[in-house]
Amino acid sequence: MIELRDVAYNYGGGDLLSEITLKLPPGSFHFLTGPSGAGKSTLLKLCYGELLASAGSVRIFGDEASEMDRDAVALARRRIGVVHQDCQFLDHLPITDNVALPLTVSGRDREAEEQNLQDLLTWVGLTDRARALPPQLSGGERQRAALARAIITSPDVILADEPTGNIDWEMSLRLLSLLVELNKMGKTILIATHDLNLIRSAKSQVNARVLRIKNRRLQLAGADL
Amino acid sequence: MKRWQEYIWLRLTGDAQSDRVVPRAGYSAWLVVFTAGAMAFLAVFALALSLAAGRLADRWGAELARTSTVRISAPDAQVAAQTSAALNVLKTTPGVASARALTTEEQAALLQPWLGADLPIDSLPIPQLIEVVETSEGYDAEGLRLRLSAEAPGAVLDDHTRWRRPLITAANRLRSLGIVSMLLIGLATAAMVMLAANAALAANAQIIRVMRLVGARDIYIARAFVRRFTIRTFGGAFAGTLAAMLAVALLPRATDDVGFLTGLGFVGFHWLLPLLVPMFAAIAAFWATRTAALRTLGRLT
Repeated sequence: MIELRDVAYNYGGGDLLSEITLKLPPGSFHFLTGPSGAGKSTLLKLCYGELLASAGSVRIFGDEASEMDRDAVALARRRIGVVHQDCQFLDHLPITDNVALPLTVSGRDREAEEQNLQDLLTWVGLTDRARALPPQLSGGERQRAALARAIITSPDVILADEPTGNIDWEMSLRLLSLLVELNKMGKTILIATHDLNLIRSAKSQVNARVLRIKNRRLQLAGADL
Repeated sequence: MKRWQEYIWLRLTGDAQSDRVVPRAGYSAWLVVFTAGAMAFLAVFALALSLAAGRLADRWGAELARTSTVRISAPDAQVAAQTSAALNVLKTTPGVASARALTTEEQAALLQPWLGADLPIDSLPIPQLIEVVETSEGYDAEGLRLRLSAEAPGAVLDDHTRWRRPLITAANRLRSLGIVSMLLIGLATAAMVMLAANAALAANAQIIRVMRLVGARDIYIARAFVRRFTIRTFGGAFAGTLAAMLAVALLPRATDDVGFLTGLGFVGFHWLLPLLVPMFAAIAAFWATRTAALRTLGRLT
């Protein structure tokens, strides 16, 4: 689905990432960990085409990212659900419209998807907050709304960047269980996090592969986790 | 052409949901509406000026081209005889429909605007004027001058050419000036909308980022801005056009006494032409916003 081979990324002041090789097969569950500033978010952005690699090859659903035009990237993103730490909502629209945004931009009939939308809001526990504006939501509610938005179109891949960064432990576990449930439905999951407790909790629920960025390179995390 | 019409209509009416993704702006939205209205107001006046100048040029061209004047400047004792001789020559000249000597009262009326009503013009050595009306074919001016000089040595034929040409040239230039003004107003409107669209795009960079994150294509994002700016411009221009049409309608009616200044209004079907102004303004706004949006989105990575 998404494959990086010998990828390097340079911000202009030296390589942030180097010799990165990563393959996300369908239905896999990956954690990406490493200290702050190691390049976790950058690696995720390379995976959904927001950034282009300085060297190496990034293939998104079989297409070389560097050769994709903006329309092709947009179409690929409809198959990738992204959850950011800061959520990134349209603050003037109610949560229900924000969650439905991927449906709207892909030209799908909102009315036909209304039941699906309501079911999803129920699943993430936001039914009673559907008409609230994003700034009126708590951190946990915002993260769940971001997850709902990421999966409303039933994407093949879900990329989550520090999804539990702003929420308490209980809410983190709830969010994790939602992601595990999605993985059991066949979705490919990649979670970037520096929260090792979250990774340990997940290991008991799902067969997850844990990767670590260290010294600009990607390596399989050992038993220290 | 039909494809374009359908395309524009679809873009304007198609997806109201896309319109909502851009928050309603405050004063900048009203600036677009106001500026479009003001520009439309000016455009309607430029149109009125252009049409009035065109009518004037046509009228002067038609009226002056069909008439000439023969002036008899001779000693008092010879004026009557030379006038009679000149009239005889004119009556037998091909291309002359009619010719008649102006009465003393008519000549006095012509001089009245310059010399006043009380001046005793009988005591002035004023030449006798003969009004000549041509047929549609016209006459041979050089031939007529030769015949008049033989029969009435004091007769001078004035076929108005030297008056007519600069007047028609001036009126035509005024008409061109009106058209150029409308073009400039159109370009200024497009430039203004483009600037406002650029400002709106810059102010909504975060929204664009979110839209891209969820898979929105550039054309979808652009459409949200295009739709909004086009509708605002159309609304403002429509209000400005109506106000200008009302102002033109309230201008004094055209009369022969004061001529051009009171002839600025629209005549007949010309009243429909200002209604094109909002449509052209909307087309200019559509093009300007689309260009600005796609260019800005192309630069954003």
